[in-house]
Amino acid sequence: MALAQVKIDATEERLNTLDMPQEGWSTAARKDALMRLRSMGLPSRRDEYWKYTRPDTLVQPKALDAAVLQTDEVPVFDALERLKIVFVDGVFSADESDDLVLEGVAIERLADATADIHWAKGLYGVLENKGQNPVERPLAALNTAYATDGVLIHVTGKPSKPISMIYRHISESSDAILHHIVKIDKGAEVTILENGPAAARFNKCMEIDVADTATFHHVRAQGRDHERRAATHVFARLGTESTFKSFTLTANGVMTRNECVIELTGDDAHATVAGAALGDGDFHHDDTVFITHDAVNCESRQVFKKVLRNGATGVFQGKILVKAGAQKTDGYQISQSLLLDEDSQFLAKPELEIYADDVACSHGSTSGAIDEEALFYLRSRGVPVGEATDMLTLSFLAEAVEEIEDGALAEEINERLAAWLARRRD
Amino acid sequence: MLNIKNLHVSLEEEDKQILKGVDLTVEAGKVHAIMGPNGSGKSTLSYVLSGKEGYEVTEGSADLLGEDLLEIDPEERAALGLFLAFQYPVEIPGVGNMTFLRTAVNSQRKARGEDEMSASEFLKAVRERAKSLKIDADMLKRPVNVGFSGGEKKRNEILQMAMLEPKMCILDETDSGLDVDAMKLVAEGVNALRNEGRGFLVITHYQRLLDHIKPDVVHIMANGRIVKTGGPELALEVEQNGYADILAEVA
Repeated sequence: MALAQVKIDATEERLNTLDMPQEGWSTAARKDALMRLRSMGLPSRRDEYWKYTRPDTLVQPKALDAAVLQTDEVPVFDALERLKIVFVDGVFSADESDDLVLEGVAIERLADATADIHWAKGLYGVLENKGQNPVERPLAALNTAYATDGVLIHVTGKPSKPISMIYRHISESSDAILHHIVKIDKGAEVTILENGPAAARFNKCMEIDVADTATFHHVRAQGRDHERRAATHVFARLGTESTFKSFTLTANGVMTRNECVIELTGDDAHATVAGAALGDGDFHHDDTVFITHDAVNCESRQVFKKVLRNGATGVFQGKILVKAGAQKTDGYQISQSLLLDEDSQFLAKPELEIYADDVACSHGSTSGAIDEEALFYLRSRGVPVGEATDMLTLSFLAEAVEEIEDGALAEEINERLAAWLARRRD
Repeated sequence: MLNIKNLHVSLEEEDKQILKGVDLTVEAGKVHAIMGPNGSGKSTLSYVLSGKEGYEVTEGSADLLGEDLLEIDPEERAALGLFLAFQYPVEIPGVGNMTFLRTAVNSQRKARGEDEMSASEFLKAVRERAKSLKIDADMLKRPVNVGFSGGEKKRNEILQMAMLEPKMCILDETDSGLDVDAMKLVAEGVNALRNEGRGFLVITHYQRLLDHIKPDVVHIMANGRIVKTGGPELALEVEQNGYADILAEVA
């Protein structure tokens, strides 16, 4: 079907503001991505996949300004031993980053990788392209075509510490497009951390190839800058007996759309995507997940919890697709919201599409208020109502946080959640 | 200690009167038991005293140590020294039992203007008390009441009571769902807390709990009122003849 002229115009208007970096091995992939993007057009609010989230501000030619959060709070993960890779408003900062040297992994900046031949060529835009079917993800194609920076991470062993990407936002009008590639060899294992608001508007894409028996852990805390807007994509392919675990904490943010597209292509693989979101007031948070089972005896889990108040909006679109032959699939999906007042809303679209006959898939979605019985129980023990409400809120979020395998990281996330709640206690 | 006068209580949601003029005084150092058939208003009395929502006091008063209980929030009542051991303790996934206990203890201390307990002091105190209630380290670490057996939940209530050191303890059908051994353990825990400064109100259907927690005074409640008061022998009378005779006698 031909695109509507209005969509073509909107897309071209946006493209006019961008310059495609044209050097070396990635050029062909970028040009392909631009063709994909032109054929689908940027999202508009009439698109089914954008029914609950207005894409306007993510798509418009110029990013809206976002004030930089002033805080003396110690950034998350700061106390951990890690390899730091810092981006300031979407530009790699060599000064603030550690040397990109760590045993068991090779790290290179995307903007520096200009040779004609590069291992990343086999992945850059490849998983993104695959993830465009059956649902179009135009902002990811735009990212592949126009990303100006990012890192290429090739994991060959088991690095001794996590690789930590820190996104600093210092300019009110920054508009950043980052693209990362993570390739994990057979049996290798890595933990990637991400934190910070990145820019006034942030478009980020991460493509992850997890080879047979390899392991990928991902813990992300999206920055608290209230006015920031972000559209992020994770595309992952999982080999036989591999493990993929991703957790995202989102507190504040006037617009966030996190898409995660996973394909389980080898038998006995495991994928978990989890998220905890805290929204107060002008907050819109969308988790869109698509997990495809295309192998035997794989397990996938989607665990999303949102706490919403003062008119905040949470969205969940989660799908499990079990292809013919993907027998013994174990798929689990839960999306829940805790609505702390009547002005807030949670919109959920859980989907299962199953073409195999020997599978176990379960899904649930709920919206509720604080449990009055439990609140009374805590208060009857002397815990003041504000603190008791926070305890129950953390209790609600616990199921998502527990998906983080590393206890120290889970504790770090819990502390952030508790601090966020305490700051807002009446 | 606890003074309840002519207490009338209705449900907020529907026009139904549950308590129809309860008069009761519990002195420091005494154990009072309330017995009565189902629906007589025993549990409602415990909820109204501890401040649960959904009830409306239409007449009468209740005060603890001279403070008007009905005017203050549940957490303030707790800090004042009131404790309710729940018939059905609530499960709270994701909140560790120790975290919960420590928050409760220190919230009360803070409310009373006392110093908070340090982590080491607290740990020592919990371990001592947990040991005598046969509560192991695992139960202390697990989320509050999650996956606890009926007996474990009740022992956990008594542990909270021991840690919070309340002045007035209300036990709401603490014997329900307990086997004989578990009941003995719970009763021992309660008896260990009996002292001159502390009052108890033990609500139960059956006399058997009162074999282990010996009451000073026994009240029979029926249809929202206390209809008869006597010594421990009154509980034995209920055990032998049921409530019917007593109710017929006072009717």
